[in-house]
Amino acid sequence: MSRDPVARGARQSRTGISDLWQAWWQHHRTSASDSLGRLADTPLQTLMTALVVAIALALPATLLLALENLRQLGDRWDSKPQMTVFLRKQVQAAAIEGFQAQLRQMVGVSSVEYISPERALREFQAQSGFSEAIAALDVNPLPPAVVVTPTAEAIAPERFEQLRQQIAASPLVDDISVDMEWVRRLNAIMTFGRQLVLGFAALLGIGVLFVIGNTIRLEIESRREEIVVIKLVGGTNGFVRRPFLYTGFWYGVIGGLLACLLVSVGVASLAEAVRQLAASYQSTFELQGLGLTGCALLIICCVTLGLLGAWLTVGRHLSAIEPR
Amino acid sequence: MIEFHNVSKRYPNGYEALAGVTFDVGEGEMVFLTGHSGAGKSTLMKLIMLIERPSQGQVVVGGHNLNRLRSSQIPFHRRQVGVVFQNHQLLFDRSVFDNVALPLQIAGYPHREIGRRVRAALDKVGLLDHERANPITLSGGEQQRVGIARAVVNKPPVLLADEPTGNLDPDLAADIMRLFSEFNQVGVTVLIASHDWSLIRSVGARVLTLEHGQLIHDGALV
Repeated sequence: MSRDPVARGARQSRTGISDLWQAWWQHHRTSASDSLGRLADTPLQTLMTALVVAIALALPATLLLALENLRQLGDRWDSKPQMTVFLRKQVQAAAIEGFQAQLRQMVGVSSVEYISPERALREFQAQSGFSEAIAALDVNPLPPAVVVTPTAEAIAPERFEQLRQQIAASPLVDDISVDMEWVRRLNAIMTFGRQLVLGFAALLGIGVLFVIGNTIRLEIESRREEIVVIKLVGGTNGFVRRPFLYTGFWYGVIGGLLACLLVSVGVASLAEAVRQLAASYQSTFELQGLGLTGCALLIICCVTLGLLGAWLTVGRHLSAIEPR
Repeated sequence: MIEFHNVSKRYPNGYEALAGVTFDVGEGEMVFLTGHSGAGKSTLMKLIMLIERPSQGQVVVGGHNLNRLRSSQIPFHRRQVGVVFQNHQLLFDRSVFDNVALPLQIAGYPHREIGRRVRAALDKVGLLDHERANPITLSGGEQQRVGIARAVVNKPPVLLADEPTGNLDPDLAADIMRLFSEFNQVGVTVLIASHDWSLIRSVGARVLTLEHGQLIHDGALV
């Protein structure tokens, strides 16, 4: 070799911007693949850490998913709140006609629909599955009823309650059933539940930060010598930090994929049972899974936590490792 | 190239490693630093590499006053100073080639340039046929030469060596010293900490002698 490393003496060696950019990109690529390679070298330990990440995020994700499903279930009835006004059985047809007219004139009533005892029995027979038992009845046990749909303004709880009391005042009325009350309660419970789950998720997220941080702290310890040498020959903090950030990144990616898998397996195993339960209520409700957006969000959360955990640890421990 | 102006270094425990040291090593000069262990040689080297900062006084390397360098600039300063360590500081989880390539990767050299320069440096220290080996399989002298190749691969204007011949037999030590002389002849400023008197005498360069942190001799060996 005729190329002597110092043949041109102390002349400063220069590197152009594009070379630096290429080298920077190159180091990102090698850091990413080296970090992944190191994780693959200790598959069991990697899997354990990734599983902790996965479980910690799959748990709140599952709860949020359950709430989302409940909300959709509620939405099916939420669209038009109504009240069913049951009339006394002995009320005559003419009185019912008059009562309907009276209702239509009330402020806050949008529409009124009369359901005769016969029609109610027919519908009940068709939907409930007790058709034979009902056919055996001598008399129709069902009372006449009027379904009242309030106007948009009268949906508000106070106005709705006012309307209910106004209707209940009539001597013809036996009972009023407000179907929507439980939907409203459900919504309130779900808002509370959602906040609870988010708080829970935040705590678990902090736990994940510590787990990733601790794993990376151990890796930093085991590579202490390398860090010292890199700093001695002029490596910047960014150069030293990069492989560890990628380690956190990969834990996030693997943990996120595992979390998606866990949630999806859970949903799949419950889907059939839920479908059967819904069918027994004449509902075609089906359990909603994470979907692509959900999976993407879950993975993004895991990756963010992984990177953040790595960043916090590396920042704290690298400054402590200096050549002596 | 390396200037010390009234430099003192007192450690937090009160130990004074250097006291009012002043000297100037010109560009392209080769200088030996001697003294008993504990005389302050290592501290002086550490001040040049910015592993330590002086308690008092100024250290100027290549025209830059090191007191004025922020911590974020330290890596770029270290790329201008090649260092050969007594304990080699090689990484045993990678090949000889990758050890020597490290400073170039850090400085952001393009891939093909790295290969060319690493082989040139290994050729210079006579280890070209060992580039694939793990440094742990090499002898002490060979490991030292890998360390030298790594120190010069980036063509730094200043080369420091801390007891580079400490654990080597006289023949190998002479070989290593010849290498340093060759680097010096092509313009590199070389500062070698050593107490191998016979070797220093054979080279016949300027000698700085430290005793209890003070510079007691500066000039040719008498």
